[in-house]
Amino acid sequence: MSQDRPHVGLFVTCLVDMMRPSVGFASVKLLEQAGCTVDAPAAQTCCGQPAYNSGDRATTRQIALDMIEAFEPFDYVVAPSGSCAGMLRKHYPGLFEQGSRERERAEAVAAKTYELTSFLTGIMKMKSVDAALDQNATYHDSCSGYRELAIKDQPRKLLKTVKGLTLTEMKDAEICCGFGGTFCVKYPDISNNMVTKKIANIEASGADLLLAGDLGCLMNMAGKLKRQGSKVQVRHVAEVLAGATDMPAIAERDE
Amino acid sequence: MNQTPTSRNFKRNTAGALVNEQLQRALSNVPAGFVDKRARARDKLPEFDALRDQARDIKNHTLAHLDLYYEEYEAKVAASGGHVHWCETADEACKAVVEICKSHSARTVTKGKSMVSEEMNLNAALAEAGVEPVETDLGEYIIQLRGETPSHIIAPAVHLNKDQIEADFRATHTGLPPERNLEEGAALVYEARQILREKFIAADIGITGANMLIAETGTSVIVTNEGNGDLTQSLPKVHIVLATIEKMVPTLEDATTILRLLARSGTGQEFSSYTTFSTGPRREGDPDGPDEYHVVILDNGRTKMLGSDFQEMLRCIRCGACLNHCPVYQAVGGHAYGWVYPGPMGAVLTPSLIGVDEAGHLPNASTFCGRCEEVCPMRIPLPRMMRNWREREFERHLSPATVRSGLSLWAFFAKRPRLYRLATGFAARFLHLWCGGDGKLETLRFAGGWTKHRDFPSPEGRTFMAQWKNRNG
Repeated sequence: MSQDRPHVGLFVTCLVDMMRPSVGFASVKLLEQAGCTVDAPAAQTCCGQPAYNSGDRATTRQIALDMIEAFEPFDYVVAPSGSCAGMLRKHYPGLFEQGSRERERAEAVAAKTYELTSFLTGIMKMKSVDAALDQNATYHDSCSGYRELAIKDQPRKLLKTVKGLTLTEMKDAEICCGFGGTFCVKYPDISNNMVTKKIANIEASGADLLLAGDLGCLMNMAGKLKRQGSKVQVRHVAEVLAGATDMPAIAERDE
Repeated sequence: MNQTPTSRNFKRNTAGALVNEQLQRALSNVPAGFVDKRARARDKLPEFDALRDQARDIKNHTLAHLDLYYEEYEAKVAASGGHVHWCETADEACKAVVEICKSHSARTVTKGKSMVSEEMNLNAALAEAGVEPVETDLGEYIIQLRGETPSHIIAPAVHLNKDQIEADFRATHTGLPPERNLEEGAALVYEARQILREKFIAADIGITGANMLIAETGTSVIVTNEGNGDLTQSLPKVHIVLATIEKMVPTLEDATTILRLLARSGTGQEFSSYTTFSTGPRREGDPDGPDEYHVVILDNGRTKMLGSDFQEMLRCIRCGACLNHCPVYQAVGGHAYGWVYPGPMGAVLTPSLIGVDEAGHLPNASTFCGRCEEVCPMRIPLPRMMRNWREREFERHLSPATVRSGLSLWAFFAKRPRLYRLATGFAARFLHLWCGGDGKLETLRFAGGWTKHRDFPSPEGRTFMAQWKNRNG
């Protein structure tokens, strides 16, 4: 590790890169506050889940190899997404044959890949953040983060140190919001049933801010909340932890 | 004859299910009825997860030595005076059952709950042979009155509400006083019980399923909550057990390990009300029991799953936990899946049994939320196997052309970071401008599935990577 400051490769994820770069910059700020040196390698594109979950293993393998190469030089790989971090950590190795060189490389990258809040609390031992926000938030546990990477307490631990922020749990926080990547466009009506139930639980919690660690789920829930005319704001957890809440919330009008 | 599938029409089936108010009302009871109860049962048993590991290992071992255990099982059944009938197809299995019925000139048979019977479409085969099948499980009895198939593997009538059942009873049980009160569930149960009592006594043959077959003793096991299975199998002169090849466990000890998981996972009970072990026909000196004991063991494509990506599916003990916890099942119910087995276990098993061409939608209609695997008592990697089916479809070019071309366009860019930067940079800016500071779009031509139900959030404008490059040179 270089001069005690771990060198972190930020896997910004395709959605954050294109839709909400401020989540990426909030992640960089948090990682630097935690004592890391951060770089975002230019060769990164996407973790490959669209191909992987559509059954296109050959394309997934090619993309995975590119990502592995891009992130091999770093001490850690950190993504502001449980889904994409889960893809690298839990699924990349299985793409390659046991005993192959590729498998070895995939396993090495998998072992050093983390979702943002679990990296901050688990590896960097971050106990608190320097942020303030006077809102009542509820947290949605995205499926991959929760079930593949056991992310549950990590974001909440840090959120509890945000000055002025109240954290109110919603019912069924761990149940899928209906996003599911291409699922939400392939089966829009089933997805709608799921997100409608999720939105009802969010509204019933009384919170005025919805947080989660995955932008796909957030866009899905924000899109539904706004379509229903809800006043609940939606943000990625990194924005709140980094005190970077000057941007309009997701799907909110410019001020 | 296999039950005729409508899985190909999954989208049409789900569209109907999602706007069916009765169905949605019935499905809204699933979380409190099953999910919460299972969670409480699990919490009360500290070794629950350790039992899951044991049960998984028992089944893995059994599947690896299935031939040996069936040799032992068949010998034990024969020694106790029973008969085993091996059937490769549903047709053969129906024929075997009908033959037994004919040899006894049977006019009515009572039936305990059996999903294998559904898979074989046995009731149709019996009716064709002039034998009246009478379902004795309350849920099965109700759907038989309605001419429906089960919508759940352990709660066949879970798609119905009490008022619908009351109306069915009033319409069918015409000999009873019309002013009787059927508002309470208990009154419905009592009425069905009265009617079924006569059927139990009149039946020539009793047919049950099997939750397990035990090799060391040649025993079949059933669990029920109504005791209907016991009356079905012990009152008539002939007991026929319907099973499929994956029901085997080596020992009584193994069976009890799995029983400790089965009811807890399915209904949240510590144990079902009745657990019955049957070994052969009535012995001399036994106070009751059938004179003949037959076991019909159906393959129907399962041996092909051995040694394939889908072998682990054969660990399934049909507890229904994956259905109960699946947000897709909770949204559309069981009938939409279009064949015998719905929910996540059906999404994996159905393509194995009736082909992925017919059932291709099922493994695709999942967000991979992973809740099924999280609760599966047998630790079956259901999402992984759904993905395996998607891979088969992709390899065989069965996935829709729009999906394939969209995917290959995306992959072209994803494999070329520089072009990818240009394309995403353009798209982000274009969409941002299009939103015109409104933060969202209400319609988006290439994402109609998205904007049909929700707004599309605006991108911020410039991509992260473009800004990062500027900032860091």
